[in-house]
Amino acid sequence: MRTLFKFHGGVHPPGNKTQSTQQPTATAPIPAKLIVPFRQHAGEAAKPVVQVGDHVLKGQLIGEPAGFISSAIHAPTSGTITAIDMQPVAHPSGLPELCATLIPDGRDEWVERKPTDYRAQPADELRHLLRMAGIVGLGGAVFPSDIKLRPLRDHPNKDIGTLILNGAECEPWITCDDMLMRERAAEIVQGAEMLRSMLGSREVLIGIEDNKPEAIAAMRLAVADSGLPFKVVAVPTIYPGGSAKQLIRVLTGLEVPSGKLPTDIGVQCFNVATVYSAWRAVAHGEPLVSRFVTVTGNVRQPRNYEALIGTPLTDLIALGEPLPDTDGYIMGGPMMGMPLPSTSVPLVKAGNCIIAGSKKLFPPPPPTLPCIRCTRCAQACPADLQPMDLYWFSQSKNFGQAQAFSLFDCIECGACSYVCPSHIPLVQYFRFSKSEIRMREQDKLAADRARERHEYREFRIEREKQEKAERLAAKEKAAAAAKPAEPPVVATNPDAAPENTAQMKIQAAIEHAKEQAAAIKPKNTENLPPELLAEIAEIEARRARIRETAKSDVEPPKE
Amino acid sequence: MLSALLVMSAIAIALGAVLGYSAIKFRVEGNPLADKVDALLPQTQCGQCGYPGCRPYADAIVSGEADINLCPPGGEEGIQKLADLLGVEFKPFGAGAEPKPKAVAFIDENTCIGCTLCLQACPVDAIMGAAKQMHTIIASECTGCELCIAPCPVDCISMVTIGENVENWKWKYPVYALKSVPPKITSPETKSPETKSRTPA
Repeated sequence: MRTLFKFHGGVHPPGNKTQSTQQPTATAPIPAKLIVPFRQHAGEAAKPVVQVGDHVLKGQLIGEPAGFISSAIHAPTSGTITAIDMQPVAHPSGLPELCATLIPDGRDEWVERKPTDYRAQPADELRHLLRMAGIVGLGGAVFPSDIKLRPLRDHPNKDIGTLILNGAECEPWITCDDMLMRERAAEIVQGAEMLRSMLGSREVLIGIEDNKPEAIAAMRLAVADSGLPFKVVAVPTIYPGGSAKQLIRVLTGLEVPSGKLPTDIGVQCFNVATVYSAWRAVAHGEPLVSRFVTVTGNVRQPRNYEALIGTPLTDLIALGEPLPDTDGYIMGGPMMGMPLPSTSVPLVKAGNCIIAGSKKLFPPPPPTLPCIRCTRCAQACPADLQPMDLYWFSQSKNFGQAQAFSLFDCIECGACSYVCPSHIPLVQYFRFSKSEIRMREQDKLAADRARERHEYREFRIEREKQEKAERLAAKEKAAAAAKPAEPPVVATNPDAAPENTAQMKIQAAIEHAKEQAAAIKPKNTENLPPELLAEIAEIEARRARIRETAKSDVEPPKE
Repeated sequence: MLSALLVMSAIAIALGAVLGYSAIKFRVEGNPLADKVDALLPQTQCGQCGYPGCRPYADAIVSGEADINLCPPGGEEGIQKLADLLGVEFKPFGAGAEPKPKAVAFIDENTCIGCTLCLQACPVDAIMGAAKQMHTIIASECTGCELCIAPCPVDCISMVTIGENVENWKWKYPVYALKSVPPKITSPETKSPETKSRTPA
């Protein structure tokens, strides 16, 4: 038995997981229309590489990664792209994003799939393969997995000793990872071995909360079958035990320092669904085009579905048959999920669960009361923060102080809001503060860049002025050096009137210009065959004739 | 007596030398306060304050020539920051100097004649182009100062407001109703004996 550790705080919301695990996962039918957003991952949106009217195959690349932190987007099934435009997506703002609309042809025809043997490939190649297969963290953060598999920047030779598979799934209602572990355990274990070899880890721990005995049993069986020395560890069920930092703490006793990454302490953590998708991408050549999603809550048929990315949520909800008193939908869990602006938005890579809500299941929160500084939030905070102080600074917009109280270590788990006796929406305040601070930092960076550019411009103008002055001075000097022959000319006419000399100068300049003009010959006629030259000469002669006639015609009337 | 005098003057000379050396070695060029003020300004270099750029405005603020409420792109928050730094009262914007929503310039490429006048006007070199070549704005570097609009002889530059999108969207300040406590204490029929005794007659 492995010694487990505890993290501070945590809450025990009712699990509500059994409803959706009664039936095995079903494959959701291909909908009549798929809407695939180009930004389904953290970082830059993918760049469309298809055009409206193109016929695409299942798994064909439709958006290529743009930028370092980015990932690829693929067609979830075969069909025709009918639009690439802004469509509403599952984002807390309700703002539209660039999406491709795909009308399936019903054949679900795969693009050519190239299975790869990961043992025969260098880690670099595998990372590129994962990037181009659109593999991102399916636990909710949707961070591109290839970046998490890079060697450490500061210590490129340091191994990441421990690889943790996150199967904790601590949020209530959600069971998609549970079902995936029950049904696809062998492939998760193979994927884990692949990631382990890429990272060079010595130890692989699979953390699963003890409210999922079937998943634990399935994973243990798969590990035993594979003969790999992985450890499946049952961790106590406590929210938010599935947050990466908290799970690392429970399994290893190590704490990820503030502002650092798990890799800095030699640990890397992947969600089980991510590991499964990575395995499918490498061993089967299948990019991430579908995922497990739980449809539960106020529905007649709570169940898990393997659904295509881009499936409109209306279609998924219809499969669950919502009850008539349903009054809203949540994407994600009830603790960290977000209310959906509309159900026409598509399923994205981050979409692990759709919960239908009703007044009975999720009664509206009671009215908010003032903070009484009872510190229950601080007792519940898994990140060891003092939410009551963060709340105080956030609501008075004292952002500097909020940052000094480690606001950015907040994982927005909602445990503080859950226990608050005054029902203060604490997490909303923290999100508000965080986004304000981030925006200010961005503005500051932009201002610094503008200052730099402005200063460089001033410097450049000054330099150009100086260079021009220098050039002029040099020219004058050269002219003065070349002049000596000239003064005698003036000296021969010492008694000439000043206007006379000026006249002469002008005359000389005109002569000089004429000479120069005569000296310059059009260069483009140099390498021409003789017949063309003759033609040109003829044209020139005609022009001269016309000039002559024009002079004789026009000049007399003038005089 | 003499030794005391010598010691004291030796100390004085030594300290003087240290002070003199540090005055040269650690000399601060310019006014450090102006740097701090400049750091608070938004660096749009737009000249809306009446000075040719953010740095001259910062210098003018420090010398007491200019007010702190002349920078519309900095917003009210900018004024507040300047007031905090300089220890003066907050001052609202004057009439007609309210901040505008953030915008970037846009060149209508069908109309542009490639005259390079806007290139010369741009304070942050955010316009790309050459004589008789198409000009275009580098949107990510444009500060929205509008200085390129006036010199354009064909009026092909317009300001495009940057609307809210997923990238610049911010979580809003939570607004919720506080629980209204029914006015039990003041209504005569529900007055409890304790409150009655405390209420002045």
